[in-house]
Amino acid sequence: MNKVYNHAVDAIADINDDAVIMLGGFGLCGIPENSIAALVKKGSKNLTCISNNAGVDDFGIGLMLQKKQVKKMVSSYVGENAEFERQLLSGELEVELIPQGTLATRCMAAGYGMPAIFTPAGVGTEVAEGKEIRIFNDKEYLLEYAFDADFAIVKAWKGDTEGNLIFKDTARNFNPLMAMAGKITIAEVEELVPAGELDPNQIHTPGIYVHRIFQGKDYEKRIEQRTTKKLTD
Amino acid sequence: MALSKEQIAKRISMELKDGYYVNLGIGIPTLVANYIPAGINVVLQSENGLLGMGPFPIDGEEDADLINAGKQTITTLAGSSIFDSALSFGMIRAGKVDLTVLGAMEVSDSGDIANWKIPGKMVKGMGGAMDLVASAKNIIVAMMHTNPKGESKLLSACTLPLTGKHCIKKVVTELAVLDITEDGFKLMERAPGVSVEEIMAKTAGKLIVHGEIPEMQFD
Repeated sequence: MNKVYNHAVDAIADINDDAVIMLGGFGLCGIPENSIAALVKKGSKNLTCISNNAGVDDFGIGLMLQKKQVKKMVSSYVGENAEFERQLLSGELEVELIPQGTLATRCMAAGYGMPAIFTPAGVGTEVAEGKEIRIFNDKEYLLEYAFDADFAIVKAWKGDTEGNLIFKDTARNFNPLMAMAGKITIAEVEELVPAGELDPNQIHTPGIYVHRIFQGKDYEKRIEQRTTKKLTD
Repeated sequence: MALSKEQIAKRISMELKDGYYVNLGIGIPTLVANYIPAGINVVLQSENGLLGMGPFPIDGEEDADLINAGKQTITTLAGSSIFDSALSFGMIRAGKVDLTVLGAMEVSDSGDIANWKIPGKMVKGMGGAMDLVASAKNIIVAMMHTNPKGESKLLSACTLPLTGKHCIKKVVTELAVLDITEDGFKLMERAPGVSVEEIMAKTAGKLIVHGEIPEMQFD
């Protein structure tokens, strides 16, 4: 089976209106830039986006918000985005905020074939409203369900034609978790190599989870908070 | 004299012990990293997926793929490890992180904390705060004692939506160090030159004052 696509536009061609999609990344770190650009070009609407953050005004998921393609965001933190705020306050956009660890683990559960998890995060807060609580060893836990997403779109450093993925530094973040969780997983990679060139011991995401892979181009890799020190410090 | 933010961070740094794995939140907590006592080795955890967070990179060496949970460019150190966000919160949930330092908008005398939402204003989200407070073994809150209007932020019950219940163990403000006990805030230390009366006046929650309260010692 050929998993390799030549262009982002082809890899995301069947992400249509009303789809539920996961997008990897933390802030702007490790986001699938090429796929987002292709989704903006395709113009699919009423999307539900599961992603830790919502990008900034003019980059990342912010580009999809600008074109009003997003119906609902499922995220843990959505600051840094004025257009997001405008759409939220005007009622155009629905937002479900969930704790970051819960978000990550609900992805993991989907990839592990587990329907739900129990987590203490959010017990006693409004996050717990309407949720089942179980007590284990005298501590309360919330039942949270595994995600059910039509597509997962992730960004890796290297990948091979079998769909095996390796991530780099903290650009790993949610990417391997979402890669496991999509009914269809699309991976864009900085470098796509023939099967056999990656060391099997170093693979983060086994190719069984990845349905489509392509080599992205022109990565901007924008930095949100550029913090540095002088050589003399 | 009330402490500066740097002094609050410095006072919290005195709680660090050799071998601790520590998660520092955004704001004053981040400053704690600047005051790690000499001779002590602590490993900083960044919840996006890094243990062994190093200092900011030298100008020109910043890497978009290497950031902390505040989205700042950082570096790794000898002995660092990188992992996905589920494993990161797994080690938090499993109680492997020894100390968590967080900011807060309000805390209560029963250890509740509110630090993620002000109803009616833009809501940015809780990020990893709810996971951290629900699981951390030891949580210290770094915060200002009062809001800009002079109203106490140390309350009998939080008025803002909670981040977690009965989870905070210690609060360090510009005025005082307070432990949270079954009987309420227990005044442990006061900032140099700050009176017990001032701390009492600015603490709305139940405050226990036993005997002489020492001043914080800075070297």
